Amino acid sequence: MKKLLTGNEAVARGAWEAGVKFAAAYPGTPSTEILENVGTYDEIVAEWAPNEKVAVESAAGASIAGVRTLSCMKHVGVNVAADPIFTFAYLGVNAGAVIVSADEPGMFSSQNEQDNRRYARHAKMPMFEPSDSQEAKDMIIDAYKVSEEYDMPVLFRMTTRVCHSKSIVECGDRKDVPDKPYVKNIQKNCPLPAFSRKMQVKLTDNMNRLSEAVNQSQWNYIEDNHADIGVIASGVAFRYAKEVFGDSASYLKIGLSYPMPMDLIKSFAEKVKTIYVLEENDPIMETEIKAAGIECIGKDLFPTMGELLPEKIRAAVSGKEAQTIAPNSDMIVARPPALCAGCPHRGLFYELGKFKDTMIFSDIGCYSLGTSAPYNATDVMVCMGASISGGHGVAQAFKLKKENKKVVSVIGDSTFFHSGITSLMDAAYNKSAYLTIILDNRITGMTGHQQNPGSGYDLKGDPAPMMSIEAIVRALNINHIRTIDPNNLTETKEAIEWGMSLDEPAVIITRWPCALKRLSKEDKEEFDAVFTAKYQVIADKCIGCKKCLNVGCPATEFGRDEAKKMKIDDTACLGCGVCAQVCPVNAIVKKGE
Amino acid sequence: METRNILLVGVGGQGTITAAKLLTTGLMAEGYDVKMSEIHGMSQRGGSVSSQVRYGDNVQSPVIEMGTADVIVAFEKMEAMRYINYLKPEGIIIVNDTEIWPMPVVIGKQPYPADILDELKKLADVRVIDASALAVEMGNEKVTNVILLGTIIKAMGLDNIDWKEILENNIKPKFVELNIKAIAKGMALVS
Repeated sequence: MKKLLTGNEAVARGAWEAGVKFAAAYPGTPSTEILENVGTYDEIVAEWAPNEKVAVESAAGASIAGVRTLSCMKHVGVNVAADPIFTFAYLGVNAGAVIVSADEPGMFSSQNEQDNRRYARHAKMPMFEPSDSQEAKDMIIDAYKVSEEYDMPVLFRMTTRVCHSKSIVECGDRKDVPDKPYVKNIQKNCPLPAFSRKMQVKLTDNMNRLSEAVNQSQWNYIEDNHADIGVIASGVAFRYAKEVFGDSASYLKIGLSYPMPMDLIKSFAEKVKTIYVLEENDPIMETEIKAAGIECIGKDLFPTMGELLPEKIRAAVSGKEAQTIAPNSDMIVARPPALCAGCPHRGLFYELGKFKDTMIFSDIGCYSLGTSAPYNATDVMVCMGASISGGHGVAQAFKLKKENKKVVSVIGDSTFFHSGITSLMDAAYNKSAYLTIILDNRITGMTGHQQNPGSGYDLKGDPAPMMSIEAIVRALNINHIRTIDPNNLTETKEAIEWGMSLDEPAVIITRWPCALKRLSKEDKEEFDAVFTAKYQVIADKCIGCKKCLNVGCPATEFGRDEAKKMKIDDTACLGCGVCAQVCPVNAIVKKGE
Repeated sequence: METRNILLVGVGGQGTITAAKLLTTGLMAEGYDVKMSEIHGMSQRGGSVSSQVRYGDNVQSPVIEMGTADVIVAFEKMEAMRYINYLKPEGIIIVNDTEIWPMPVVIGKQPYPADILDELKKLADVRVIDASALAVEMGNEKVTNVILLGTIIKAMGLDNIDWKEILENNIKPKFVELNIKAIAKGMALVS
């Protein structure tokens, strides 16, 4: 049966066909849809974990206990999970275990462009790199065989273009893989130093064995077009290379890419005169090929940053840019992402951005957009959870420097569960006097509305225990907590002033659902008449003062129909009422009032 | 057959992904090799978005190179200007005559550029369509994307594919009839 699948759907399909029974992940672009699709198969227990470390640990546990497992994450998620990954590689598996890293060349929705192929080398794990959906589906089935045959968890490296592009996949059936018996074996599963030293030797032996086998792998092969130019490529770069060179080059396609098939590379080098190594981001294959004494052209010619698109390969090889129609750049205004109409973060950032002598340490999520105009609120962001611990460090440093600046940490609900809790524990334990604001929009927003421990539902949509952020904060012995409606600007402003005035840790929880959320029964009960109102401008009253432009709402259109008058787009307005509270002459009113 | 390239551009939330999905489903049913690429995540929050569709006998890359799109369909007119460098010199660019303000315009820092359509016409073969207004006339603004899909189908000569069946199999039953009308409306708009 043929289906048109994204790479992410194909990974899920492949995992299902491979007999996987347990899967865990934390959402992160471009990996999120893998687990969402795994969740559509009844035979697999699929769970959102609070973070990537937890996901890998639970998957490792399930593998050790004897069922095939999958864990998935975006590239930076592997950093969070690195601790269990490195030692899981020492232990090895019982039933097969695959860890998906979805890297982001081009940084469409990420804070960095780290190349996670290095993790395979660092942690000593075999690595697969599919170039399209068919390979993603087929390779992951083989990845489980490699995992079990060589007693190693396998790294499965996807990139945004493989994750989010669709191609035709010939699908198969689910294979019934017998569960493995669990037998207690502390020499295999307890990395006490004495055992770890033996595990290290076993891992090295297995990796050496695999280094031979990869030369015969079906995923590493030569396409000999009897050409002078030879291209060695992995991942989507192979597809790009074929697009650019067609039959004018020979190819060495590398799919099982760590350990590298060095014998195959040597025999390919003998067939061609010039070798191009095409890999996105870092010169990893290139370095290893050169170290083996084989001449090749790589990053001297091709870019190390961003996607290695066909047009870039073509331009690098030919030395000429493509002929294109030149746009009139005077007629292009940047279109950055923005907080949606009705977004509950708007009211908070509108108020927070107005405070002087503050330093706002933000976090990873839609509220990262509080950095942009018109709010210009945020000072710093680093990674998931860093807002609170980073803010603690800032507060300590300001105290040491006797600098009279207030620190505010801003973090979302899902990010708080991910790694904000331990950070807040740090702040409370070390007696930090500063304000943390937890933006509870009742869902994981940016990645497209995944459930989390606070939302009351699990991945499959079944009811789940609903963690109370307020109760967690209280349990950390923080005594100053306020839960507010962020659409109420007076309440928001007062709460921020209150939180900044204290000399003990304080927490504000803003509680209002994401404007795009499909509301649950509990949401409808808790939030009265949510997203049902519309606001309108009484044109005669509007004085054209533009104060309401500072809320930065995409539903507002100043001067669209009538010069110097505000207008609200009726289809876009979700009735948060923030603009109405900013208007000095009450020209913006709720419809029907 | 040489690989053909269709680029759909617009603003996050306009339904470019849905239109591209219907298009690729039809192309696959017709027996073409198809690849499609899109970007999810942050850009979907009101940012500039694109869906890239490629079809032919054997498609390698899922992305369209600059200067090679046979057709660009811009769901918003400034996005037409942003992506026009992807058009083949002899390609067609279909522009939905709709203006969605980006944040710098919303907050009054920059004006929305005037006369984009006139400027575009100097650069390429432009077909201007007010699909959003037509969709409202048809009773549901949400079919804007399917009207625009109809224009692509006509422009690429894909009207022999059974689009009625594709819509019936991929759209909620209560919206099928409206979408069939919308696709026909779009097809009739391109000569």
